[in-house]
Amino acid sequence: MPHKTFFWFILPTGLAMILFIGLPIVSSFFQSLHIETEQILMEVENCDPFGCKTNVRVDVEATEKLRQENPLGRFNGFGTYTDRNHLAFDEIGEAWNTSSSMIEFKDIVLNLPFYKALLFTLTFCFAVTPPVIILGFIVALSVNTLSKIIKGFIVFGTILPMIVTPLIGSLVLFWMIDSQGIIGASIQILFDDPNLSLKASSNLTWITLIIYGIWHNTPFAFVVFYAALQTVPQDPIEAAYIDGASRYQRVRYIVIPHLYPVATFIMLICLMDNFRVFEPIIGFSAEGVAQSLSWMIYQDLRNENKMLFGSAGATSMLTIIGIAFLLTPVLIRTWKEFRTER
Amino acid sequence: MDTKLNKYSKQLIIFNSIFILFWLTISIFPFLWTLWGSFKVKADFFSRAEWTYALTGFNTLIETGATTTVKAYVESWFEGEFWRASLNTMIVTVSVVSISLFLGTLGAYALSRSTYKYTFYILIAALIFRAMPHITLVSGYLFPFFQLNIWGILPTTIIVLVAINQPFTLWLLYSFFKTVPKELDESALIDGCSYFQAFRYIIMPVMWPGVVTAGLFSMMLAYNDFTVTALLLNQQNYTMVPKINAFLGTIEHGGNYMWAVSSVVSATAPLFMIIWFFQRQLISGLTAGAVKG
Repeated sequence: MPHKTFFWFILPTGLAMILFIGLPIVSSFFQSLHIETEQILMEVENCDPFGCKTNVRVDVEATEKLRQENPLGRFNGFGTYTDRNHLAFDEIGEAWNTSSSMIEFKDIVLNLPFYKALLFTLTFCFAVTPPVIILGFIVALSVNTLSKIIKGFIVFGTILPMIVTPLIGSLVLFWMIDSQGIIGASIQILFDDPNLSLKASSNLTWITLIIYGIWHNTPFAFVVFYAALQTVPQDPIEAAYIDGASRYQRVRYIVIPHLYPVATFIMLICLMDNFRVFEPIIGFSAEGVAQSLSWMIYQDLRNENKMLFGSAGATSMLTIIGIAFLLTPVLIRTWKEFRTER
Repeated sequence: MDTKLNKYSKQLIIFNSIFILFWLTISIFPFLWTLWGSFKVKADFFSRAEWTYALTGFNTLIETGATTTVKAYVESWFEGEFWRASLNTMIVTVSVVSISLFLGTLGAYALSRSTYKYTFYILIAALIFRAMPHITLVSGYLFPFFQLNIWGILPTTIIVLVAINQPFTLWLLYSFFKTVPKELDESALIDGCSYFQAFRYIIMPVMWPGVVTAGLFSMMLAYNDFTVTALLLNQQNYTMVPKINAFLGTIEHGGNYMWAVSSVVSATAPLFMIIWFFQRQLISGLTAGAVKG
């Protein structure tokens, strides 16, 4: 295809992506270098019959004027990145000097908002992914053996948790595990503890969120594995059968090696998608004990009166750096694949 | 040979059936439970005292005089203005699907037919864009959108969703276009068609399965989106998902938990029906898009 024709074909989609994905990242970065303007203070002399006092108060007019002139705020360099709510260099340095043991140091660091969120995000990512792959594989194997007539319905039932948006999916589960909902109440009866609530302790909330994550992500792994199972070559399986391999051996030594690349693919996509976890936190009302990086950004932007663009921008940039680490293997894989295709 | 290979022992069949039943219970039951509970009053849906109340509608009978009630639906749709939210969702979904398919098919066709190296870089860029968390993009939108005074309205959100959706649509359609033999449009070109004519009259007619699949994914993205719609729309223009979240924000005070429950059912039911109808395309799309891309 000539360059010119190609250009016109790709222009609309390219423009959309550059304007609304490329530029926002740049804009986010630009915002992260700025910080909200401070309020201008002025001294006012208040005189009453008992004498004169000077008070300091906010000069609303001047502040407003400054805001109008500089809506983005003043330039702050990388100050936002290193402040207490982000990388917190000063706090970490202080903790390093003052804490007597590694455990104390770790406790202090993990209580800083950014590191707390990072810890949850990573825990969620790495706790959800392996069970998703294993469960997805088993479900795919099981569904694959079914007869055609009921397969359609079962596939539909299996992919439901993936179709609904995370917010709705987590709400549906949240209502069931509510201490007055069916699962929550059953657990209380089961453990004979009327005060047991999955919402109460932070560990239980984390576990609930992780179980939700597995529930939501397994269908994706199932679908990909299921599709890949259709491409497993039959000849080696037949040969193994003739040689007397059991069903387990056939799965273990022929099917699983064939599915390895697919499994790594699922793992990477899962890690990447779960790195942005944030809707379940809202659905499960778990803000108190579980914050993720995306949730921090959402929190900065939610307040309509005073949005913290700088802080949101800085967290966004740090999140993107995290994504970049996870993305590198995918990129390398795609690169190699593309090379061999040509 | 083949029959023997696929013959399963009895234990395996039994184990398999139990496992499938177990898994289906986990994946379907929460939705059935919510559907059933949405026709009850709150005291039944969250019935601590006796969980069978949720099935029999004990309190519902006392409060409304029947074992099922559509009160929550009527109230959330009219008093809670959920009708407006579903109308907005419809507008957003239809626009996003049609625009992103139009842009996506053009771009993906060009990518699949060009032999130059830059196609590779464009696809890699799309892959990187696909990985960006939506919330980080939103944090970049808000400030410029406020400055340009285009925050809060539906068209802005539609364009943003189309753009966010492009990388995936491109990859998916790209792998579909690759399966259409090149000779088809090459012969059309020799016969004197322009590239656009070959695309429009030769390739598009055989591409419908791919387009339907890409359309389904665009639909799911637009219909399900929370991050973008919650932060880029004003309350008046909320689509269904942020609206449900807004219901949740007020329930503690308003005491109307069931509005959210019934809206969740109202929002999920159409989606499930569409997916049921187009199930096969969805699976084939995931196969094409996922295993290859």
